[in-house]
Amino acid sequence: MKTWEYIVRRLLLLIPVLIGVTIITFVISHVIPADPAIAFAGGPKAQPETIERIREELHLNEPLLVQYFYYLNDLLHLNFGKSYLESRPVLESITQYFPATFELTIFAMLISVPLGILGGIISAIRRNKLSDHITRIIAILGYSMPIFWLALMLQYLLAYQFPILPLEGRLSIGLIAPQSITGLYVIDSILTGNINTLSASLYHLILPSFTLGFATMALLLRMTRSSMLEVMGMDYVRTARAKGLSERVVIMKHALRNALIPTITVSGLQFGALLGGAVLTESIFNWPGMGRFAANAVMGLDFNSVMGFTIIVAIIYVIANLIVDLLYAVIDPRVKLGGE
Amino acid sequence: MLHLFRRSLLSMIGLILILFIIFIAIFAPYLAIQHPTYVEVSTEQGTRRIEERWDINFQDKFIPPNSEHYFGTDDFGRDIYSMVIYGTQISLKICLMVVFSATIIGIILGGIAGYFGGKIDEILMRVTDVFLSIPYLILAIAVAAALGRSIENIMMALVLVWWPQYARLLRGQVLSIRENQYVEAARSIGANNWRILFRHVIPNSFAPLLVQITLDLGAVLLVAAGLSFIGLGAPPGTAEWGLMISSGRMHMFHSWWYATFPGLAIVITVLGFNLLGDGIRDITDPKLRR
Repeated sequence: MKTWEYIVRRLLLLIPVLIGVTIITFVISHVIPADPAIAFAGGPKAQPETIERIREELHLNEPLLVQYFYYLNDLLHLNFGKSYLESRPVLESITQYFPATFELTIFAMLISVPLGILGGIISAIRRNKLSDHITRIIAILGYSMPIFWLALMLQYLLAYQFPILPLEGRLSIGLIAPQSITGLYVIDSILTGNINTLSASLYHLILPSFTLGFATMALLLRMTRSSMLEVMGMDYVRTARAKGLSERVVIMKHALRNALIPTITVSGLQFGALLGGAVLTESIFNWPGMGRFAANAVMGLDFNSVMGFTIIVAIIYVIANLIVDLLYAVIDPRVKLGGE
Repeated sequence: MLHLFRRSLLSMIGLILILFIIFIAIFAPYLAIQHPTYVEVSTEQGTRRIEERWDINFQDKFIPPNSEHYFGTDDFGRDIYSMVIYGTQISLKICLMVVFSATIIGIILGGIAGYFGGKIDEILMRVTDVFLSIPYLILAIAVAAALGRSIENIMMALVLVWWPQYARLLRGQVLSIRENQYVEAARSIGANNWRILFRHVIPNSFAPLLVQITLDLGAVLLVAAGLSFIGLGAPPGTAEWGLMISSGRMHMFHSWWYATFPGLAIVITVLGFNLLGDGIRDITDPKLRR
């Protein structure tokens, strides 16, 4: 199969998945609540007139199938309803908050992927030695810790007791955000040549992105370690050693390259976990991203925003996975040939 | 099997931690100093029980850890140690119920899909694809928000999020096991599909299922705590770890103990499940036993 054929096939497969996602979100928002009108109106304390109005607006008196088509029609017109907390369309809020979340998840990846892979290699090479045990303990703690608790502890220790890092937010108080080009403060600061906002935004990113990436780092460390150990037992590694190649070459060229394939796949998939983790991390570090927006919406019973956030994130995640898969097929030809 | 367990220090630690948590959950009333939601007050009229202990005793609030209150007290003057102790009951209940229900659903649907194949299999796998294409924490948040705030509702939300993994795991197992000769032998002596499924396929899938269940007990606890933290799940005043961290967060800078101890309890429990799950995996998977 040619690469473009594979790409077209994957794009076509996207359609049923996206339809499936809308069915799930439709069921969650229109079938699961005891009374969807009350849920959308902001809970049982809402005014009866508001509830009635919403019942009309969302066609909740119609049969479910009809409701679903109204719902799908709204989604196709990018109409995700109005956020009651922010009194503006949900899409507008999410578009505004998205760059902050994107910047945070990118930095979480930049921290966790290299650290995880490096830790995994060290652990595998020095198997059952002290450094192996230490890295493994860090890894297992990494995915045993509630992310919001880790965030609180780090914030308390490193921003309050020993104030070496900023407590919260994206920039220091008093600094004006760089002119918005991409919405990512670091990139915008570089583009506009603003050293002050560049250093401040990097400084503010350290704690939240480390917290967010910690579990991913732990997972990647563990995966790299086990796949390194597996690969190092393979015949071709033994052959490479028998040829008299140095241990360095054997590990870097023969073992690592093959061991990294599963790790790279998983790193791509971790994007979804990071988006989920962002809801918790952002609300602690007061990071003005869509995760904090979602957490506030949950607390404020702003059901429309919660559902809008869910479907937008699901779409982003589906597309991100598709991109990862496509890149992967380009890198590793075996995927599109034998994977089907 | 036990001797292999003994050889792995980490999985022994996991087992001990889990037994310790189960012990605390069972004997919570004897270990705690006060009940987390009611208190008995002696007055001149006699002793009476006041429900909802959390809106009284303001003079005892924010006491740092000492010999009387091992983990200090919270903003309502409640003893955090007692709440953490009682919290084990809620947490274990959530984990066990969720993973148990998800496993049952997964076994049934995955077993049917893998065994009978064809259209049923195709449909079921596409459904799980869709479920797995939404980040699970976000899906759980949406479902829990739709159901409304209660512990039962987050349990329901988590089952809904978790079953597809089990369905897929079991389907994969079935597909590989049904090719075995003993399945063919069973069929040739006249065993029907259901008998083969329940007597041969499911028992032989037990090892990977057990590993997944153990690891998921920890993962479910983390997600459940996360849901409580953002205000879904346990109603205010419940001795639930995630909720306690959420309330303690506001008072972090003057009363660090409030959020710290419930969090430690989560870490210990999840760590226990993870170490145990890893241990079981190492024991049951001979490829890893080197």
